[in-house]
Amino acid sequence: MLMQKSAGNDVLLDVRDLETHFVGDESTTRALGGISFQVKKGETLGVVGESGCGKSVTALSILRLLPKMNARTVGGEVRFHGRDLLELSDREMRQIRGDQIAMIFQEPMTSLNPVYTVGRQIAEAVQIHTKASRSVAMAKAQEMLRLVRIADPERRVNNYPHEMSGGMRQRAMIAMALACSPELLIADEPTTALDVTIQAQILRLIADLKERTGTAVMFITHDLGVVAETCQRVIVMYAGSIVEQANVIDLFARPAHPYTQGLMRSVPDQRRGRQRRLPEIPGIVPSLREPIVGCSFAPRCPFAIDICREKTPILRDVGSSHAAACWRAEEVMGA
Amino acid sequence: MNGPLLKVENLTKHYPLGTGFLKKTIPVIRAVEDVSFSVEAGETLCIVGESGCGKSTVARLLMRLVEPTGGRVLIDGTDIAGLKKDALHAWRRRMQMVFQDPYSSLNPRLTAGQIITEPVENFERLSRRQRQALAADLLRKVGMSPEMMHRLPSELSGGQRQRLGIARALALNPSLIIADEAVSALDVSVQAQILNLLLDLQQQMGIAFVFISHDLSVVEHIGHRVAVMYLGRIVELATCEALFARPVHPYTEALIAAAPVPDPTRVRLVAPVEGEVPSPINPPRGCAFHPRCPLAVDRCRIEVPPLVPMADGRVVACHVRAPATDIPSQPAEVGDHSLAHVLSLMIRS
Ligand SMILES: Nc1ncnc2c1ncn2[C@@H]1O[C@H](COP(=O)(O)OP(=O)(O)OP(=O)(O)O)[C@@H](O)[C@H]1O
Ligand SMILES: Nc1ncnc2c1ncn2[C@@H]1O[C@H](COP(=O)(O)OP(=O)(O)O)[C@@H](O)[C@H]1O
Ligand code: SF4
Ligand code: SF4
Ligand SMILES: [Mg+2]
Ligand SMILES: [Mg+2]
Repeated sequence: MLMQKSAGNDVLLDVRDLETHFVGDESTTRALGGISFQVKKGETLGVVGESGCGKSVTALSILRLLPKMNARTVGGEVRFHGRDLLELSDREMRQIRGDQIAMIFQEPMTSLNPVYTVGRQIAEAVQIHTKASRSVAMAKAQEMLRLVRIADPERRVNNYPHEMSGGMRQRAMIAMALACSPELLIADEPTTALDVTIQAQILRLIADLKERTGTAVMFITHDLGVVAETCQRVIVMYAGSIVEQANVIDLFARPAHPYTQGLMRSVPDQRRGRQRRLPEIPGIVPSLREPIVGCSFAPRCPFAIDICREKTPILRDVGSSHAAACWRAEEVMGA
Repeated sequence: MNGPLLKVENLTKHYPLGTGFLKKTIPVIRAVEDVSFSVEAGETLCIVGESGCGKSTVARLLMRLVEPTGGRVLIDGTDIAGLKKDALHAWRRRMQMVFQDPYSSLNPRLTAGQIITEPVENFERLSRRQRQALAADLLRKVGMSPEMMHRLPSELSGGQRQRLGIARALALNPSLIIADEAVSALDVSVQAQILNLLLDLQQQMGIAFVFISHDLSVVEHIGHRVAVMYLGRIVELATCEALFARPVHPYTEALIAAAPVPDPTRVRLVAPVEGEVPSPINPPRGCAFHPRCPLAVDRCRIEVPPLVPMADGRVVACHVRAPATDIPSQPAEVGDHSLAHVLSLMIRS
């Protein structure tokens, strides 16, 4: 069973019942409704789902980077090397971020500072976590830029972020994230803003670096094509919950949750014919401001029956290392 | 009707970059360079290419939102540049636009009903009853309930807002809709709903589309023909079947190879094309793709390849794959130069 057993040796990050809310004047958004999953050493775990389902909030909750103003992680544990990250002091957490766990974002400018050169920023990341001298750190920065295949790194270390293209900035951010050889890299839509040929380059780069360093990657994306190409295991999220979890081959071959199935079928695919109407998922995602009774997908689900509207399905095994939160998963897999 | 609905001839748009000291030396952004294509009634012509290649500029030129530096746009054989006010109004009714961002392209203070009937009210006065009837009709056409006419854009989902954008475009019964990245900001399940809507509208009303997108899977799904742009120019124009089954231009090939496919059992054979799209301010000499092209020969660095018709009806601008001769080239010859083949040689050596 994937969920409740104690973490084995190959588990790097163990997230249990993580629950995050955003409190507003009039209402509370239940962005994460208590999710549990694990990231294993050296693996690439994909997190997919449509906008607003809680992918970024998951990443930010783990790293404790949510806005303090209105965000509250109200429950759960994030176990990393035996410690619960949610219990650490801010100082201890800063030590872990960027050293053992690094993050890259969709928009590189959220982590690159526009007023310093790229080289200086990477060098600082190196210095924070090693006792390297300034010049050693700068040399390392240059080496990192070469590693992420930025041409002419001797010159580029002295570039400011705005002097680089979007693809180069994304590479520079990856260089900064990897400068301290983290054990876990959390990548939140790292290629979504890029052109497809540049995306292909960055995906290749992440895969190569991962192979070389053994870093585990939590890869957040809404793009099923990107998931298929980069991930070994996948979590599918819907309305703040994990609805399915499987290795990538099983997930695409036999999706066990109607939402996963609907998502896959709504992607245009020429093997199913051009200019045909695509299968739609009717309706829209539920509001997370009101409590949801029963299965959150029920109003849109072609499989829904009475029990779905009354009792919330929990994530349960439907195959070896394949779990789904659906009362009718077995029938869905056969459909 | 004979002749195409829309014909674009040698369309060019240069944006001046600031003001130069001497007039002659003002640098320009070559946003669109010598672009020609046509669209038949009821057809979907797609334009694909990476960011900055000139897709939206073509759309703006078609809508006459910007003036071309050169070239012509003809609707039913009439040059729109020469049109006087009344005639201009008349063709504007025939051609409408749907934008990428359903958030910023809708006036947040108007209700859904007001938004979609506005184009009609620019031409004629409507009574309250007429307006409501029109709004209800348009909402139904885009799969929304007429009760939604009283809602503000902020009270609608992203998909519903994009439906409103389409309903507004439909208000004047256009023959042609220009959709610039109309589904790019949407989640796949919502994207499927909107693509279905566009297919339905085409079938029911015979509307033609110029469908601009950077997403190849969407283009392949919805298009009849597709033009691939690179740095302001069309480098290949073919039917969707032909283009995706057998891309001829090395850039088309690279683009298709780079698109992720939702099939984890597929093994990516070719390494992604290297380098980035160069600046349109100072594009490379000759073929703009040459710095990234594994097939480039000396000639590519000097001469701009012309668009050459091939035996299967497509046009391709490439010195190696579509050498200019009097006889149309056979795309079958491509095999020898295929990018996969060349790259496999490069990897082995
Ligand atoms: N008003 C303008 N003034 C100056 N340059 C412009 C203007 N509009 C567009 N450009 C430039 O012209 C080129 C083509 O831009 P365009 O918006 O047509 O690209 P696009 O293909 O639509 O890209 P995207 O996929 O990012 O939407 C770009 O280099 C752009 O910076
Ligand atoms: N800073 C914030 N303040 C309030 N609500 C937020 C904030 N960030 C995210 N949310 C809400 O949390 C939910 C999940 O968002 P997010 O994790 O960003 O989705 P995505 O899966 O697209 O990354 C959404 O309902 C979103 O509106
Ligand atoms: S539990 Fe019921 S409503 Fe929910 S996904 Fe399964 S079948 Fe559909
Ligand atoms: S003209 Fe030359 S550089 Fe351009 S695409 Fe063809 S082979 Fe490549
Ligand atoms: Mg997000
Ligand atoms: Mg554009």
